[in-house]
Order: sequence, then C-alpha cells, then structure tokens
Amino acid sequence: MESLGSTRRSFAPWADPKAKPYIQIENVTKRFGDFTAVDDLTLTIYEREFFALLGASGCGKSTLLRMLGGFETPSAGRILLDGQDLRGIPPYKRPVNMMFQSYALFPHMSVEANIAFGLKQEGMPRGQIAERVVQMLKLVKLEQFAARKPHQLSGGQRQRVALARSLAKRPKVLLLDEPLGALDKKLREETQFELMDLQHELGLTFVVVTHDQEEAMTMADRIAIMEKGNVLQVATPPEIYEAPNSRFVADFVGSINMFEGKLREKGSRGSRIVRPDGLALSADAPADAVVGDMVWMAVRPEKMKVSGARPDNAVNSMEGEVWDIAYLGDMTIYYVKLDDGTIVKASTVNSLRKIGDELTWHDRAWVSFAPDAAVVLAR
Amino acid sequence: MAGTWGRLNIAALVLGFAFLYLPIVLLVIYSFNESRLVTVWAGFSTKWYVALLSNQGLMDAAWVTARVAFLSATVATVLGTMAAVSLTRYTRFRGRVLFSGMVFAPLVMPEVITGLSLLLLFVAINFDRGFATVTIAHITFSMCFVAVVVQSRLMSFDEALEEAALDLGATPVGAFFQVTLPVILPAVVSGWMLAFTLSLDDLVIASFTSGPGATTLPMKIYSQVRLGVTPEINAICTILIGVVTVGVIAASLITKTRDVQRRRDEQLAERI
Repeated sequence: MESLGSTRRSFAPWADPKAKPYIQIENVTKRFGDFTAVDDLTLTIYEREFFALLGASGCGKSTLLRMLGGFETPSAGRILLDGQDLRGIPPYKRPVNMMFQSYALFPHMSVEANIAFGLKQEGMPRGQIAERVVQMLKLVKLEQFAARKPHQLSGGQRQRVALARSLAKRPKVLLLDEPLGALDKKLREETQFELMDLQHELGLTFVVVTHDQEEAMTMADRIAIMEKGNVLQVATPPEIYEAPNSRFVADFVGSINMFEGKLREKGSRGSRIVRPDGLALSADAPADAVVGDMVWMAVRPEKMKVSGARPDNAVNSMEGEVWDIAYLGDMTIYYVKLDDGTIVKASTVNSLRKIGDELTWHDRAWVSFAPDAAVVLAR
Repeated sequence: MAGTWGRLNIAALVLGFAFLYLPIVLLVIYSFNESRLVTVWAGFSTKWYVALLSNQGLMDAAWVTARVAFLSATVATVLGTMAAVSLTRYTRFRGRVLFSGMVFAPLVMPEVITGLSLLLLFVAINFDRGFATVTIAHITFSMCFVAVVVQSRLMSFDEALEEAALDLGATPVGAFFQVTLPVILPAVVSGWMLAFTLSLDDLVIASFTSGPGATTLPMKIYSQVRLGVTPEINAICTILIGVVTVGVIAASLITKTRDVQRRRDEQLAERI
C-alpha cells in the first residue's frame, strides 16, 4: 500500500504540458428537444486516470457518460479517444465498456455466462473464454458463485459481477455510472478502496459518475464538478476542497461559511473586504475581482475557531451568540448567530476526552479565522 | 353478523360460478350420455367419443383448425412481438401514435367487420378462399393481442440490459436474440397461447374468409347444431374444453413454480 500511495501522489499528467490527452471532449453539446443536457462542454482525461464527474441529478453527468459509451450522440462538438473521433461509432464497436447503475446483469444467464458474454461476441475461442472468466471471477472474489444466477446473489455480489463483466474485455476505458449507489454505507466504503486498487492494478482509465462527494473525493485523481450541463471546476480533491473557484463549488463540496463584502484591497499580500456592517476581514488569498466589487470570503467550518471570550490578536473575529450545538462524538459543531443574523458554522475536533463544555446555548461567543484559512470568491 | 355475511358471500359465489360454469358442466355431463337424445339422461357411456373418431367430417375440421391455429399463432406472435418492440423502444419515430392506434384498433373492431373487410379484400385481389385466407385472417386479428401482451412485459423491461449487451459488443440483432427475447419469452409464449386459443374458437371471421375444403371446427359444429345437437358435438366440445383447460393450467403452473423458486433463491441470497 505504501508504494501505491507514493505512485499515486506523483501521478499528475494534467500538470504536464507534454502529456498526451487520452479522452478529449471538445465543445460537446447534447440537446433533447428544448432541453440542453450538456452545454458546450470541454474536458480532457488522461490515460490511467481515475476521473470523477460529480454533480447533482440532472446536471448532465450521466448524459456525458452515455455519450462516451455511444448510447447518445452529441448534438454538436466531438469526442476523441486516443486521437480517434468516436462520432458514428456504435457502442458495440467502441473500446470502452460501461458498468450500469442498475448493473444490468442478464437475469437468464449464470454469473459465468454474464462475464463471458462480451468475450463470446468477440468470437474468442472457448478455451480462452473459460480461462478469462476464471481470472475475472478470481479478481472479484466470486469463484464459488460462478454457476449462480444474478437473482441468487446479494447486492454486493451483483455489483462485483457487473464489474467483472465490464472488465472482462479489457477495455481501454471503463465507464462507471454510480457504481456504488445501490450498496449500503459500510459495503460502499470497502468497495471504494477495492475499485481504486483494481484500477491501479489493471492500469485502466476509469470515468465514474457520482452524486456522492465523499465517493468522488476518496477515489478520484481529479474531479469535474458539473452543473446545468457545464463543468465548473476540474481539479484534484484537495484543490476542489481548499481552493474552490466559485461559490457553487465551495458550497457543493463540503460545507462552508460565506461572508459577503466589498473588496477593498487586493494585491500580492492578500485581499481585504469590508462587510456591510463595517467589519473588515482579510485573507492571504488573492481576489479575482476589481476593487469595489462585491465578493465572498469563504471559510470551511473546521478552519473557524470558536471561543467564549474575544480572541487575542485574531485578525478576523466576529461576535455573536451560540445558536445551536451539534455534538457528534468525534467533533462538535457550533452554530453561532452573528449580530447581523448570519449563522456561522464552526467545527472543533474533540481530541481530548471531556464531558460538558464551557460554551452552551445562548452564550456570547466569538468566531475567528486565520488569514490563510479563507478563499476569496468573485462568483 | 359475520355469519350472515359469510352465508351471503357463499351464496353469491355459488351463484356466480353457476352462472359461469353450469352450461359447460351440463355439456360435459351430456357428452357422456348413453342416449341419442341430448336432453334425456340414459346412463354413462363413452360411446360418442368413439363415434367421434369415425366422423370424418369432424376429424377433418379439427385437423384444419389445429393447423390454422398453429400457423396463425406462430406468425402472429412474430409480427406482434416485432410491433410491440418497435412501439416500446423507438418512441421517437414519426407517426408512432398513428401506428400504435392502428395496431390496437382490431382489438375493439367488431369481428363481423374484420371478417367482411377481409372477405372484400380477398375477392378484390381474386385470392381463392381456403386454408391460406383463414390463416391470414387469423394472423390479422390475433396479432394485436400478442402485441398487447408483449408490450406490457416490455414496459417493465430494463432497457439497460439491451444497452449492456450492445456495450459488450453484441450487434442490435444479437442483443435482441441473446438478451431481450429470452427475458421476455414468457410473455411471448403466453401471447402465442392467446393467439392459438383465439384462432381455435373463432367462428365469425373464419365463416367470412374460409372456402371449400377449409372448414374449421367451430364452423363445422355450428352447421351441425343447426340440424340438431348430437351427443357427438358435446363430446368434441368437451375435448376442446379439456385442451384449453390443460393449456391454461400448465401455463399458470409454469409461471407460479418459477416465481416460487425465484423468491426462495432471493431469500437465500439475502442470508449470505
């Protein structure tokens, strides 16, 4: 696992201008009647990448995946795979395979026959098919279930069969539509790591569609945040979380406090905003806006400090009243209502054992954050 | 209170079933009547069944009916399935509403009109009426029944199955025969059985479209009854009832045992 972690860390072809893109989605638009599902979208995915399309339902992520699979044709734009334009190539001639959300296992065939299906279509000799099927069954640890029918399997086993079936043909790219959506939480967490190991082991390119941000953050090398048929940001999970490029992305991934104010200063030393109530807040982060514009300073709850007294020499501190406390065991979340009505969320990790807290409901409290904890968002 | 309601329920049940089945039961009983007079009971006998075998006219008609029913049900199943598939799958083709309306219109079309219009067609194109014309007519009217049965199954068919087959390299035709058809096969089979039964007992359309040498069993029975009911007719009808009953029971048993097996397997899978 150690070595795997280190190779993962050094894997960043998107940062290398000489790296050859593997999947190029160029200005792709997909319209269904009056509805535009995907709107002039451009995206580049690299070989061996674990790429996640993350967004709420109806954002166009599944349509994009279906266009990669060949089940939908772009209304405009083109999709290239390894330099080859995929236009007009039907699903059964594409070197990509898809794992369907419903798994779409053939109910009248055994596990073995399901996995062999794609190989049979290729006209692979019988002996080789049997060999490959055994290999795939071993890969997903279902050796003793070969003769079962899909309805004789549990949800997790069905998911593995679907995975084995879509990997059997050794596709260049595997498309996964909500691969873990139908599993319960515990199984989902286990399977996430199995999927990652498998992808790494086989050296494949995975494109996964999900609405679950934790899933995307855990598994993907890069995430594309989608909304209304557009990509808002494409970045690694830490970049998405720590340096979101818009309020939508900041709010969609994790939770965040936003402080609106007029941009007063910007420069190499950071930015300063003034809130409507006259309070100034400053951040180290640069601002992509003109001085005088309304911008948002955004701070994650775990980067907010909450205290019962005015903190000494804190650059950014705001006074309010403890509005709500959520004790979650591992951490406590304080909701502090500022005097102007804004509710600020601050979470503290309970690293020490203690029962009972000095802060309680309706206490006066101060929330503060360090200048390096905030990002400034112009949109 | 519960007792009186119970009695009322039982009475209603008996009356209802009597209404439905008394005529049939009478027919079956009288088919075993010793007497030549249909309405006078003279003891149990199977002699009319034996007599049936030597009644060449009835046997010929039965043979014609069996062949017409088999052939028309098979062709109607192929055509009806094709119609159902295109109606459920290709929802965006031009004139779909018109097409689906036209497929299902014969369901409510009076048989007399279907029969008459087919007769007019055959006369107009100078097609000699006989075995072929009855078969074609039966295909025409039973095909829409098959389409209805298969279409209702296709509504709940997960389209992703077909897409998965395409994704794994099957051509559209390959995907249909390897995945779609096996999955919807029970509906196709019951569509075939429905078409077969419809053809078996059709009198009106057959009377319009049949010609010399292609008298079906219902036509034969009808013409004989007009000369007076004989116990032989009761016997052949009893056999027909038997065939249909066995078919229906067999079909429902097959589905039921499959369901039970499936449920048991699913429970088994949950426990693992």
